[in-house]
Amino acid sequence: MKKLWLIIPLMLFALFLGVAAYQLTQPRDTLVRSTMIGKPLPAFDLPGATDDAPRVASGMFADGQPRLLNVWATWCVPCIAEAPQLEELAKRGVPIVGIAIRDEPEAIAQFLEQYGDPYAAIARDDIAEVQLALGSSGVPETFVIDGKGIIRHQHIGDIRESDVDEIYAKWEAAK
Amino acid sequence: MIAEIGLAALWLAAGLCALQFIAGVLGVREAGADGAVHPVSALARPAAVVQGLLLLVAFACLLRVFAVTDLSVALVADNSHVDKPFIYRLSAAWGNHEGSMLLWVTILGLSGGLVALFERRMDDRFMKAVLAAQAFIALGFLAFLLFSSNPFARLNPPADFGAGLNPLLQDIGLAFHPPTLYLGYVGLSVAFSFVVAGLVTRQAGPELARVMRPWVLAAWVALTLGIAAGSYWAYYELGWGGWWFWDPVENASLMPWLAATALLHSVSVLAARDALRTWTIMLGVVAFSMSMVGTFLVRSGILTSVHAFAVDPERGAFILGLLAIYVGGGFGLFALRAGALAEGKRFALVSREGALVFNNVMLSGILAVVLLGTLYPLAAEALGTRVSIGPPYYNPVSAIFAVPMLLVLLVGPLLRWKRDSLSRIAVPLAIVGALLAASVTVLVLFTDAGVLPVLGLAIAVALALASWLPLRGRKLKRVPLALWGSMLAHFGVAVSLAGMASETAFSIERLVAVEAGESVAVGPYQVTLQEVDPVAGPNWTALEGRLAITGGGVDTVLRPQARYFTDPPQSTSESALLTRWDGQFYAILGDAAGEGRWQLRLWWKPFVTLIWYGALLIALGGLLSIFGHLRASARSRRIREEVARRRAEKALL
Repeated sequence: MKKLWLIIPLMLFALFLGVAAYQLTQPRDTLVRSTMIGKPLPAFDLPGATDDAPRVASGMFADGQPRLLNVWATWCVPCIAEAPQLEELAKRGVPIVGIAIRDEPEAIAQFLEQYGDPYAAIARDDIAEVQLALGSSGVPETFVIDGKGIIRHQHIGDIRESDVDEIYAKWEAAK
Repeated sequence: MIAEIGLAALWLAAGLCALQFIAGVLGVREAGADGAVHPVSALARPAAVVQGLLLLVAFACLLRVFAVTDLSVALVADNSHVDKPFIYRLSAAWGNHEGSMLLWVTILGLSGGLVALFERRMDDRFMKAVLAAQAFIALGFLAFLLFSSNPFARLNPPADFGAGLNPLLQDIGLAFHPPTLYLGYVGLSVAFSFVVAGLVTRQAGPELARVMRPWVLAAWVALTLGIAAGSYWAYYELGWGGWWFWDPVENASLMPWLAATALLHSVSVLAARDALRTWTIMLGVVAFSMSMVGTFLVRSGILTSVHAFAVDPERGAFILGLLAIYVGGGFGLFALRAGALAEGKRFALVSREGALVFNNVMLSGILAVVLLGTLYPLAAEALGTRVSIGPPYYNPVSAIFAVPMLLVLLVGPLLRWKRDSLSRIAVPLAIVGALLAASVTVLVLFTDAGVLPVLGLAIAVALALASWLPLRGRKLKRVPLALWGSMLAHFGVAVSLAGMASETAFSIERLVAVEAGESVAVGPYQVTLQEVDPVAGPNWTALEGRLAITGGGVDTVLRPQARYFTDPPQSTSESALLTRWDGQFYAILGDAAGEGRWQLRLWWKPFVTLIWYGALLIALGGLLSIFGHLRASARSRRIREEVARRRAEKALL
């Protein structure tokens, strides 16, 4: 057929329609997943929760002990909601390192007094540089770091009661 | 009560729309069979006019409920707030999905009414086909409004305060950006209706091009203004310092513009020379498709975008359905009928037509680049990978097409129709070529700008002269208005291009953390942070930085703000701009950086304003062309009537 090219626009449009229709029926996943999973923790060296507390560095993670790395902030409401779940994990023997994003020592002290302190150590990330390096797009987020300092798992959003067992299992698996 | 009147007007308009469609179809069919016209078909024109008026009533009702903040209307409660300034209460009427769709339909109805009232150049059967196509489009959008996006739905019990409008949208730029874009989309839908009528009645000659041209031009002017307004809004409101981000939603407005620009040039060829028949028809369908695809991408939220202010997947499915019917129908009709269209006139490679075909092919190339870049992430996601496509793809790849197109634009308007030789225009060619070469040399020697900005600036300089060369050898008083329009628009392209290239090549950016009293140098200016104070507005509170700007003949104070809105809670950066004749100084107040320091983001952007001034010139050129063509067409009609009258007199004698 000589006039075959006349149906090319129609075919292209049909292709677009097919893809668009397929995509519309797919559930939307709006979470931004970190591409750092499976990779070593980015190097950092941050001040502690207060000015006289010891500094927290990425080097301390590679000591054979798996840990949770909790990215949080005192100004973040869901972080208050997940505080009891972090307490529960700490009670089961999981060491948790916190990174407080854009925070103040006084605010941190008050938060810990009010909602409990599950943390083995807390670092202050004033300009969210470590958060960005981790591939975390918001607070709270929790990472499982294995004993060699490799990021094994990312939990986006606050830890609900139903998430505690799963995160504990991931931590166990990282041993 | 007002809301009920609005809803009733919408339903009545939908009824008239159905009548207009039936009348139009009957008009096309009956007149085709035996020449006798079905009586109902006479109703098509009046139905279109009354429908336009009813839609205007409906939109006025929506404005009214927003103006008085009637919180028993769900849409008002969701998008407005009692404390909001009056102008933003009004613009909230179309700053949301339902309201903006009603605005779309209202503009569509009004243009349908205009076509029905004033377009008398084509025969009756053709016009019936146009009105039927218009009604078919309007019917789909009215169904969409009434069944899935009723703007007048009541809320029981009424809300107490209202949720407010996204603060990014509480801006004067927003009051004009969507309506102008919709004007453009609707203008393209009218052109589409003409094309469909041309295919149905098998008329695709110069007459079709002449009736289409004002609509294509009007759509193109509106799109140009809409895109320029949107770009300026994003520039100063988002506070990122850029004027174009290749965001899917920006691309959604750029694609119809590219198609309309191509269409507008091929329509000129068809009107003047009866060439490019099939191509023009196809572009007519493509241009409307792009505006529909744009609407779909923006409204469905299928692409993640910073602009996604009003998204809903179910409505996305509805718009996709409409898209399938209209665009699928348009391309289907094209595939069936375009083969039967008589071939247009031939022309030589070196000729005005040849240059315009080159322009069309290059514009289509850019369109394909943007379309691919916008849709590729969608297709990739269907295959399970996520990609993000940005300037490193768009800028160089679209330049592959844009640079040759602009180079041909330097000489194209000088060529004669049908057949010409380059030796005839050797003198202007040499002048423009020398100017181009000199500009490139100067820029390479004295600046360290990149390849594309150098090319852009040099072409801008050459084009600024070349765009007026068609005046050569003409008597100034006898230059047609439409030619003034096209020269002005091409000059506008040069101005805009100069702004883009200069901003890219010569911008100076500083990101600093300073204490009060500290100074930094940015370009020709010395910037001192004096202090940061809290301030309050009608529905926001803010931290306001006071920046003293000195040097370069300036001694002034800028006040960028970090604003916190309460209804709904959101924070925005209000940039502070200092506009000089040779550029803009752009300041953003960032976060507190501890120890009394504040982050400041400062730019000096030489000649950045030319981008938008150029766009205004382009739009003005388009307006001049519309008036020029309408005047010329009215004059030739008067002459034809005069000739016919004299002939009739002669015959009587």
